[in-house]
Amino acid sequence: MSERLGIVVSGSLNKGVEVRLDSSASVEEMAVGRYVTIEGEKQRFFGMITDVSLGVIDQKLTITPPDVSDPFMAEVLAGTSTYGTLHVLPMLTIGGEVASLIEGPQPVKTVPSHFSVVKLASQRDVELVFGSEDEKKFYIGTPLDMETKVCLDLEELVKRSNGIFGKSGTGKTFLTRLLLIGMLQKGTAVNLVFDMHSEYGWEGRSEEGRKVKALKQLFPSKVAVFTLDEESSRRRGVTTDGVVRIGYDEIEPEDVGLLRQTLNLTELAVEAVYQLSRRFGKNWLQSTLDLRDTEELPEGLNIHESTLHNLRRGLETVRRLPFIEPHAPTSAVDYILNKLDQGENVVLEFGRYTDITAYILVANLLTRRIHAKYRDRTEKAMGEDAIPPRQLVITIEEAHRFLNPEVASQTIFGTIAREMRKYNVTLLVIDQRPSGIDSEVMSQIGTKITCLLDNDRDIDSVLAGVSGKSELKSVLSRLESKQQALIFGHAVPMPAPIRIREYGSAQSYKDFIPDENIEKDIEELWG
Amino acid sequence: MRLILNTTEPQRVGEVIDATTTDFTAQCYELYQSPPLGSLVKTTDLPLELYGLVYNAATTSIEPGRRPIARGKDETSEEAIYRQSPQLLKLLRSEFSALVIGHRQGDRLYHYLPPRTARIHSFVYLCPPGEVKEFSQSFDFLNMLINTRLPVSTDELVAACLRQMSQVYEDRHAFLVAAGKELAILLSGQFSQLKAILGRIKQ
Repeated sequence: MSERLGIVVSGSLNKGVEVRLDSSASVEEMAVGRYVTIEGEKQRFFGMITDVSLGVIDQKLTITPPDVSDPFMAEVLAGTSTYGTLHVLPMLTIGGEVASLIEGPQPVKTVPSHFSVVKLASQRDVELVFGSEDEKKFYIGTPLDMETKVCLDLEELVKRSNGIFGKSGTGKTFLTRLLLIGMLQKGTAVNLVFDMHSEYGWEGRSEEGRKVKALKQLFPSKVAVFTLDEESSRRRGVTTDGVVRIGYDEIEPEDVGLLRQTLNLTELAVEAVYQLSRRFGKNWLQSTLDLRDTEELPEGLNIHESTLHNLRRGLETVRRLPFIEPHAPTSAVDYILNKLDQGENVVLEFGRYTDITAYILVANLLTRRIHAKYRDRTEKAMGEDAIPPRQLVITIEEAHRFLNPEVASQTIFGTIAREMRKYNVTLLVIDQRPSGIDSEVMSQIGTKITCLLDNDRDIDSVLAGVSGKSELKSVLSRLESKQQALIFGHAVPMPAPIRIREYGSAQSYKDFIPDENIEKDIEELWG
Repeated sequence: MRLILNTTEPQRVGEVIDATTTDFTAQCYELYQSPPLGSLVKTTDLPLELYGLVYNAATTSIEPGRRPIARGKDETSEEAIYRQSPQLLKLLRSEFSALVIGHRQGDRLYHYLPPRTARIHSFVYLCPPGEVKEFSQSFDFLNMLINTRLPVSTDELVAACLRQMSQVYEDRHAFLVAAGKELAILLSGQFSQLKAILGRIKQ
């Protein structure tokens, strides 16, 4: 399929080029987001349609419109007196240049000359740009109106923090599940998933209420599922590898700092936590809760009564969390770290405790320890020439709670997003309000995959700093509300609107694990 | 009059009696036998072949001062007038004028004015379908037609010419659409004129 569409008539590198449609190409068959190639004199350009418009050669036509019910009249005027124009954003050059012949598609640095022919991109061109599935590349979806595969370079992807955005109900969870499966399948990184709604470990549900398999069912030997809520897991029939309990002594002042907003603590209360922990040591939480009023405060601690009240109220909320115990029998943190070390992927289910306080506390607590450990090990590896730790990807939902401008500079997630790339830890953030995420963190996100967003601020924040922003904006806001996404950044050579790969059918499971037994198994299970 | 279009031999239709750079006038050998408006004719002035487009035809008395008079008062039919006065056929003559729109030199066809005018008394032939097809492969002549001032309306002539040419094509519609598109470009600022022509060529 390399149908001629028209010719380039004007344009600029910044704003893209205008293409006048041939009379044979119907303007109604064009679609924003389609890929086209432009045959320049010396090189071929690969680009995307970002706008479609209508033009007339003579303004009189708009005032006294011709009778287009006459087919002859309509046919003659189409493409001559009345014509369609496309706005195309050239993104890459393919072939032609020496560099692009050797290293593949290169970013554009110029525009095609006047009257260069524009064609619909062929399957081959798309393959050339997005590569084909191999041991590193994962097939994530297809272009909007083609059957070619768009592949993500997972090895490149996991080197940086990534983001999945989209309004609620647009398929973020499905997309995340797919990406996680991809990482497991290709083995590019080990994953730690803070699974707020318990949908990545054993099974999830599609919008239609159909059950879909999640990681543990597809890769039983590679995934360990931990839970905070044993009862919920049992009821759902999930076999877990462990139950996580957190001891009071495992909670550190930094963990409380992050909860300031959710627990409604004052700045002074957070300050007081540090003082208390210095004084009481590891058992500060229990000791603080035991204090009845300021008179019982040890000497030297200057905490106002209202601050102490405020703090105690907040800490009570933490203590009421069912998975918090005075003394945890074994350190769940160490256990999970061990699993990660062995290369097993860990999904931590929250069961009924979908309360944001629980989520932030646990995610932060675990991540800080992992952060410390990874940093030590990487530094050691650098010094002693040992093998650095395995690449780790931490998946967090509701990311704006961890990464909003107020806390991003203090939390461990902010640090990871900014600098942990060097220590082989990256984030996969999932969020529906990207505008709530600190812009400094957003700018460090390598690859962004965004489903439909319709809030202007969200769109602006996702597209900040991307070339051709206004054009991509029109593509993004026209995505369908399901199964479509715009993917751009480090792991793809150019921004790509895609139809996300199907997931949830027996065939789709088979595609991930080419094993004969699984098919029988699937049929038995799901009919 | 119906032309026989399937002949490959060019049909002789007259003889040049007046010639200028832009057009020539030919007299028909038979009264009223002038080719239809808009048909493609050619005349030879070796090594040139001149192509013309019939834009006007007239039947007048051979003597400019003597006008024919009405003779049929007592006749029952029009044919009877000529039967009664056979000399009439010799006292009247039919002429047609053609606009020069191109020429051929050797094997090449040019859609612009030839370097020389037609010669007086050179024969004028009606172009056979193959030649019409060959000539109408390019619509460059339309530009010349549109920009010429003629006693007949340009719109009429263009429409007549395209209607005539379309008859040699199996797919008349495709030819007319292609021609229409060319006109739409040439008349980009004059939509009303374009509309008038298109209205005259649609089937």
